[in-house]
Amino acid sequence: MMMDYVWLIPLFPFVGFLINGLLGKNLPKNVVGTIGSVAVGLSFLVTVCIFAQVLKLPPEARHVEKVVFTWIASGPLQVQAAFLIDPLSLIMLLIVSGVSTLIHIYSVSYMHDDDGFYRFFTYLNLFVAMMLILVSANNFLLMFVGWEGVGLCSYLLIGYYYEKQSASDAGKKAFVVNRIGDFGFLLGMFLIFWTFGSLNFKEVFALASKYPVGSGVITVITLFLFIGATGKSAQIPLYTWLPDAMEGPTPVSALIHAATMVTAGVYMVARCSALYSLAPISLTVVAIIGALTAIFAATIGMAQFDIKRVLAYSTVSQLGYMFLACGVGAYISGIFHLMTHAFFKALLFLGSGSVMHGLSGELDMRKMGGLKKEMPITYWTFLLATLAIAGIFPFAGFFSKDEILFHSLVDGKAIYWGIATAAAFITAFYMFRAVFMTFHGESRVDHHVAHHVHESPPLMTVPLMILAGLSVVGGFVGMPLIEGAHVFRNFLSPAITPVAHHAAAHPTAAFEIFMMVFSMAVAGLGIYTAYKMYILFPDLPTAICDKFRTIYDLVYHKYYVDEIYDTVVVEPIKEGSNILWNVVDAKGVDGVVNGSAGIIAYLSAHLRKLETGFVQNYAFAILLGVVVITGYLIGR
Amino acid sequence: MTLNIPSFNLASIGPWITLSIFAIAILLADALSPKGNRTAAPLLALAGLAVAGFQTISLWGKNGLDFARMVYVDNFSLFFYMVFILGTALTVLISLQYLKDYGKNLAEYYALLLFATVGMMLMAAGAHLIMIFLGLEVMSIAVYVLAGLFREDARSNEAALKYLVLGAFASAFLLFGMAMLYGAAGGTLFLNDLPGRLTAGFKPLTLLAIALLVVGFGFKVASVPFHMWTPDVYEGAPTSVTAFMAVGVKTAAFAAFARVFFLAFPTLMPDWTMVLWVLAVATMTLGNVVAIAQTNIKRMLAYSSIAHAGYLLVALVAANQLGAVSLMYYLLAYTLMNLGAFGVVILVGRKKDSYLSIYDYAGLGAQHPALAAAMALFMFALAGIPPTAGFVGKFYIFSAAVKAGYIWLAIIGVMNSVVSVYYYLRITVLMYMKPAEADLGPINFAPAVTATLLLTAAGVVLIGVFPGFLYNLALNSVKIFPGL
Amino acid sequence: MVVPVSYYLALSVALFALGVIGVLIRRNVLVILMCIEMMLNAVNLAFIGFADYFKAVDGQMFVFFVMTVAAAEVAVGLALIVAIFRNRATVYVDEFNILKW
Repeated sequence: MMMDYVWLIPLFPFVGFLINGLLGKNLPKNVVGTIGSVAVGLSFLVTVCIFAQVLKLPPEARHVEKVVFTWIASGPLQVQAAFLIDPLSLIMLLIVSGVSTLIHIYSVSYMHDDDGFYRFFTYLNLFVAMMLILVSANNFLLMFVGWEGVGLCSYLLIGYYYEKQSASDAGKKAFVVNRIGDFGFLLGMFLIFWTFGSLNFKEVFALASKYPVGSGVITVITLFLFIGATGKSAQIPLYTWLPDAMEGPTPVSALIHAATMVTAGVYMVARCSALYSLAPISLTVVAIIGALTAIFAATIGMAQFDIKRVLAYSTVSQLGYMFLACGVGAYISGIFHLMTHAFFKALLFLGSGSVMHGLSGELDMRKMGGLKKEMPITYWTFLLATLAIAGIFPFAGFFSKDEILFHSLVDGKAIYWGIATAAAFITAFYMFRAVFMTFHGESRVDHHVAHHVHESPPLMTVPLMILAGLSVVGGFVGMPLIEGAHVFRNFLSPAITPVAHHAAAHPTAAFEIFMMVFSMAVAGLGIYTAYKMYILFPDLPTAICDKFRTIYDLVYHKYYVDEIYDTVVVEPIKEGSNILWNVVDAKGVDGVVNGSAGIIAYLSAHLRKLETGFVQNYAFAILLGVVVITGYLIGR
Repeated sequence: MTLNIPSFNLASIGPWITLSIFAIAILLADALSPKGNRTAAPLLALAGLAVAGFQTISLWGKNGLDFARMVYVDNFSLFFYMVFILGTALTVLISLQYLKDYGKNLAEYYALLLFATVGMMLMAAGAHLIMIFLGLEVMSIAVYVLAGLFREDARSNEAALKYLVLGAFASAFLLFGMAMLYGAAGGTLFLNDLPGRLTAGFKPLTLLAIALLVVGFGFKVASVPFHMWTPDVYEGAPTSVTAFMAVGVKTAAFAAFARVFFLAFPTLMPDWTMVLWVLAVATMTLGNVVAIAQTNIKRMLAYSSIAHAGYLLVALVAANQLGAVSLMYYLLAYTLMNLGAFGVVILVGRKKDSYLSIYDYAGLGAQHPALAAAMALFMFALAGIPPTAGFVGKFYIFSAAVKAGYIWLAIIGVMNSVVSVYYYLRITVLMYMKPAEADLGPINFAPAVTATLLLTAAGVVLIGVFPGFLYNLALNSVKIFPGL
Repeated sequence: MVVPVSYYLALSVALFALGVIGVLIRRNVLVILMCIEMMLNAVNLAFIGFADYFKAVDGQMFVFFVMTVAAAEVAVGLALIVAIFRNRATVYVDEFNILKW
């Protein structure tokens, strides 16, 4: 049975990590890159074999635990190093190992001129090993090991260009913010152990099902776990590290900060659906945080000129969608969006990396433009991904986003739907703004860069094309409307515990179609707005006003709508998002995080002065302790 | 009248005898050997420790009292014997080159280490408060001398003097507490007899005694507000002695602390757990917060040691089986990771501690990757990041606290470990993400220190990934506490 | 006439307190060591008083050990003071504060 070899999945990248870490310095780059990529590729192959086997099993038998050894065996606390194979972990394993393989191949070419080549692949392999452990663990503690491990690798990789101050600062920030989240996770875990006496998923969920809906302790547990998720998945208020994390190499942004690690929080919530479904309050919190993050990050995304930062805020926003889905009880839709997002967001980042590669590292979209001709493959793949993220039929993002919008209305509240729809509009707008500014219009590329703009080598473009293919067809597994065609939902549902009241919601097909058309229309409007502003508008004043004065007036009046639109809607939003970005982001949320660090540093600097160096002061402290403790014990 | 000589079995204190004999042999060998030949002392010390280790193992599984009920021979004490022997042996290994560089590779250094170890064993195995007091003083006096080993160095002098004055001061309180306990118990100091003899009529006297015992032990484990000596003494003492103090003295004090409080005062648990609760919170918080402002690595590790005393106090507060087990596990893990960290400090410090600022670690990752990796491992272990021993230990401790119902204590503990990440991580950041200000120059990788680093690094990972064996040993050992 | 145990205890506490105050306010290390001796002797007195009261010998045994330990402690303390005096030419504790913060 292939399933007995599930431990091979994380082992391959780990071996790659060891080889590259210990010997990599003395190996040629090709060998290092090959080892790294093959290690992850083998994991993917094993995963596919296991997946094929699991498909043959009847749905109710698709839950297999493979114990490797007993990690902590201590009376009440039994923790095994064991892997769980069920539909949810399989989907995650496929996504992680598959996307990782592509990104490893891409990196071989992208990082080729880097001196720390072996270091990069060492960290990257360790990351993949840890991520695979995270998604395949059968208990909370082992999951936490992966959880911490990916955090560590993320920190190492963000600070990869450590010569840059900003990079090492960003690395540190990511680590510290993540630790705040981990503290929630850890407390949730302690509470779980305290309440259920076990950390094994299956046992905990079985015991939890005996609790009533709304039970206090489960609400607290799930809220603590969600704190962990906000840290790792960059949700309000702990999202600030993710945009800064773009200081890392672009493949890292694609793999860790878009496709895999940041989705760990969503995975965890879905994994614990049995707990969350019992805690309506927690679900509401998840939904609200998700919806707010979705719109908040999207508005910020409109004001950015750094292409990677646009993508970073868009990631935060899309993660918000996934949490919104989980929050309304549509865990499967959340995971579905997680999957499609992994495809198109990885593609977007790799595409932006390809652009950077062609432009000698330029990130500012104001210094791009017109790259369509020089970089056709990058352009077309990027465009496909953008269509997917905007939610245009029949690209992958359409299906998953539509499902989330649908569920947020049917299972949630109209306000969630309203926010999510607004965010969808903004997403379509700023993503196409990015496409237009980067690839269309006239070239604003610096002169010394302009003459050697070039398409990337095949090692980079082939992964782009594969991901583009997935971004196009990836959504078909979740085809709505047709009875029995929703393969994804049917496959995943044994692993998910739905919210109790959910069976009731069965709207008509017509309503579903209406919703789809509506969300398409919203996305289309966003794209159109971007088109008006970034393709048509710049040409209008100069070209027309000189020759045809009267027509110009007409045109002017014709575009009066646009003007109003521009001044009344776009400018304020832009202003607002600038303010949000400058004030709330830089001073508010960051301020809280930095502020608490500041308070501690202040305390630290002053408390150390207690240590005067005079021995008699120390003796006095001891005496004080004696008096207080004695007084307390005897006096009470 | 017949003279009744109690029967006793010398084998039950075999390790003490062995270490004492070897210590005396080291002194004699030094006195009799030609001048300048000092290679024998560390070897003899290691040999003595090895023999004591074998004796300890052969005693394993015994359960009882010996020497007229003065000495426990049980797995609890034997477990700690092993930790002490391990800690001392690793200290010997990291001391060699360090002391040679100072021209201080003296035989009495090793003899004193062994004597201090005997003192620790007395503390862990004492069944009568006299034994515990004696052990405490045997250990402390040896360490006072060790701290002042560099006679010509004003800092070492000052450290030793501060330690001595405050140590004696705290001992006086401890003794006074024992006297009060003697009165409250109606004339006995046997730990086994105490619970039955502490009658309700003398409760104020008993509480006074408990308060003073907390002070005495609190001083040795470096708990707030009795911690003030720690940073100064750790900074001023020779680095190898600091390492020994950080692991050995703390472990022994906790062994006695746990034994006395779990055995003698189970009925008064609500009283003393409240006091220790407050001390634990204050100790963790102050240690971690002030560590952030430190730039001297030894001082930073001193505050880290205070913070760890706080975590360990949490295990005492929990006062259940898991708490006792976690205490034992964590002390062993702490011995490994802290000695490893001090080993790196000694290597990076090079000749005569020239490089003790944390900024001297900048660029270490690029120039000495293996050393930096080891240091990073120890830092992550101290911060409690999986899958190191530090994580499993913290996990046990906080689980014990949660199990005993002290959820807030666990929350504060976890928050503290978040704060601690900041200063441990800073070392890692400096090593990997800051270029060196100048070429760091060669580091003398003395074989003994390198071996220690390998051993401790392997140990930190190994007992972190496979803690089951140790857990069972510890669980087996804590069965002696009926009150838990 | 039998002296009640409370008299012993009162004297012991008074001596102990004097010792504590001495440690806290005297500058000379030698005097501080003496004050610590006084604290230890206060403890000895308490032990003797209790031992007499309960007719149990443990307390008297303890006194011998305390005396021995105190002697050892002072021996080390004096040696340290000599070493310090050679380096710094002072025995005042408020001048020993190189190590701080």
